[in-house]
Amino acid sequence: MTMKTIQFPKLTFWRGVIAVIMLLGIYSTGYRFIKGLGASTALSDQFPWGLWIGFDVLCGVGLAAGGFTITAAVYIFNMKKYKPIIRPTVLTAFLGYILVSTALLYDLGKPYNIWHPLVMWNPHSVMFEVAWCVMLYSTVLALEFLPIVFEKFNMERPSRILRKISIPLVITGFLLSTLHQSSLGTLFLIVPEKLNGLWYSPILPLFFFVSAIAAGLSMVIFESFLSNRFFRKELEIDLLEGISRVIVVVLGCYFVLKILDITHRGVLPLLLVPGMERSLFLAEIFIGVIIPFILFAMPKVRINKKGLFISAFMVVIGFVMNRMNVSITGMAASSGVDYFPTWMEISITAFIVAIGFVVFALAVKYLTIFQPAKSEESTEKFEEYTTEFLQDETAGTIASYPKV
Amino acid sequence: MKSLLIDTTKCVGCLECVGACKRANNLPEGDTEELSWKTYTVVKEFKGIYVRKLCMHCSNPSCASVCPVGALHKTSAGPVVYDEDKCIGCRYCMVACPFSVPKYEWSNPLPRIRKCIFCAERLAKGLQTACAEACQYGATTFGDREALLEEGRSRIEAEPDKYINQIYGENEVGGTSTMFLAGVSFSELGFRTDLAKDPMPMLTWKVLSMIPDIVIMGGVIMGGIAWLTNRKNEVSLHELMEKDKEKSLNKKDSK
Repeated sequence: MTMKTIQFPKLTFWRGVIAVIMLLGIYSTGYRFIKGLGASTALSDQFPWGLWIGFDVLCGVGLAAGGFTITAAVYIFNMKKYKPIIRPTVLTAFLGYILVSTALLYDLGKPYNIWHPLVMWNPHSVMFEVAWCVMLYSTVLALEFLPIVFEKFNMERPSRILRKISIPLVITGFLLSTLHQSSLGTLFLIVPEKLNGLWYSPILPLFFFVSAIAAGLSMVIFESFLSNRFFRKELEIDLLEGISRVIVVVLGCYFVLKILDITHRGVLPLLLVPGMERSLFLAEIFIGVIIPFILFAMPKVRINKKGLFISAFMVVIGFVMNRMNVSITGMAASSGVDYFPTWMEISITAFIVAIGFVVFALAVKYLTIFQPAKSEESTEKFEEYTTEFLQDETAGTIASYPKV
Repeated sequence: MKSLLIDTTKCVGCLECVGACKRANNLPEGDTEELSWKTYTVVKEFKGIYVRKLCMHCSNPSCASVCPVGALHKTSAGPVVYDEDKCIGCRYCMVACPFSVPKYEWSNPLPRIRKCIFCAERLAKGLQTACAEACQYGATTFGDREALLEEGRSRIEAEPDKYINQIYGENEVGGTSTMFLAGVSFSELGFRTDLAKDPMPMLTWKVLSMIPDIVIMGGVIMGGIAWLTNRKNEVSLHELMEKDKEKSLNKKDSK
């Protein structure tokens, strides 16, 4: 009872916020689809891609990158320690991709033609590759997520089949993610004369891939804390500590690559040109790379709840800045116009993010997203390994392996 | 491949080409200053020199290469044409075009990409483009690309004082079907002079063509790692089970 009275006002506040966002979002949705892109957005012939591509698509896909890194760590690199966070991470990635596809429906001028890349092929187009990767990877994520649904309805057979193909599935997911995380960067290789030299680089695909790994893992930490706050989920600091070590390494690689790229391309003088580009470039590097690198490198921070949260949040912010800089700030000067999203563009973005939160919360409520506490789990696993495993050894159900 | 040669030294800014273009393509009135969904070509003035703006119809066009569904494509006859039924409206062509030519019907709830299509239908009937036909001053000439390049070179040779020694579009982004002659440097006439000589689609194709290799190599590496690490797991699992058996045996013995 007391628990409820403490929880209640907090939930009402967030519910209120979400309700407002939903109402505005529904209004803007109607407006956009009836009146068109011109009436609802600040986009123009000079500036055809804005917030929905920059944030909803480029950031959405990148922030879902935790999905392929964590599944690969567990199933391919056999780091069983991270198994407890697979479910929330796969759910986040799956939701992320569905929401990216939803956002795309808003942005496409002819959304009812979204299926065209299935039958009308242009393999020379990066966008074609992105479309296919997103479709295929969404399918992979759905297959990775389905066992949780089967479990709810006690459907043993289909989930057994899915478990058997889990390794090929994870490898496919890893390859698809590698391809299209980087191809979002490849998209911008075609505009060497339009994108500011601070961001345009022939290795843009590599930058997008590496930064997505850092951001995806940071999102895992970030969302662990949200889950801790909203779903009273236990925090596995030891897991997050391990993840933050990986982030340190990835951020380090990213930084070194960035320095090498900037010096080799001879664009260092661009850093002497005062202006929005320079300020935002430096902000992106300091907030998203240098400061979190230093913070995460300190053991004290890695085992501190707040320290982890703040550092991870900075990586995420820096990542979002980077994607917005590539797609908006970096393109602004050559376009000759100032783009700033309309309130309707912003409300639809908020709407889509809010839907993500609501669906996540519903999934947590009705499905087993956060796995049982550790002691329970270990006895469960012990039983599995003493009885079931001996009988059905070749089934090789990776999921039932004990921690060794 | 059919092309246009536009001689900016001959253009008087009469705008006959703009009107002819509107009539030939059934475009609405208005927007005669800048290209838009209503206007496929405009004439701009740079210190008394008139310069037409229209789609360059690149030999290897960025717009066609980036379109995920192939709604834009370069025909062998020369025009870069658009199929509105294929288009999904992603606007990547607008982002990718180095000349920022494709325009969008922003006010239309189901918008189309609009740009000069080189009067593709007229060409199919054996006619020349409407703009070339309308030009009374010889500023816009229609013909085969090689012949027009030849013509351009001979004009430059004949009057080296009048022309600068460059045909814009001969080499830019791998060559275009719309080419220009000028008496002053092209940068003064609002042309992009920072474009590479290589076709732009090469920039992305270099990366895209690596995909099969990445998939095969990645698949083999990841599969191999999974096999190795999980084998290690199996081995240690067996060791564990052996130990357990020993333990239970020892217990029985001690009993």
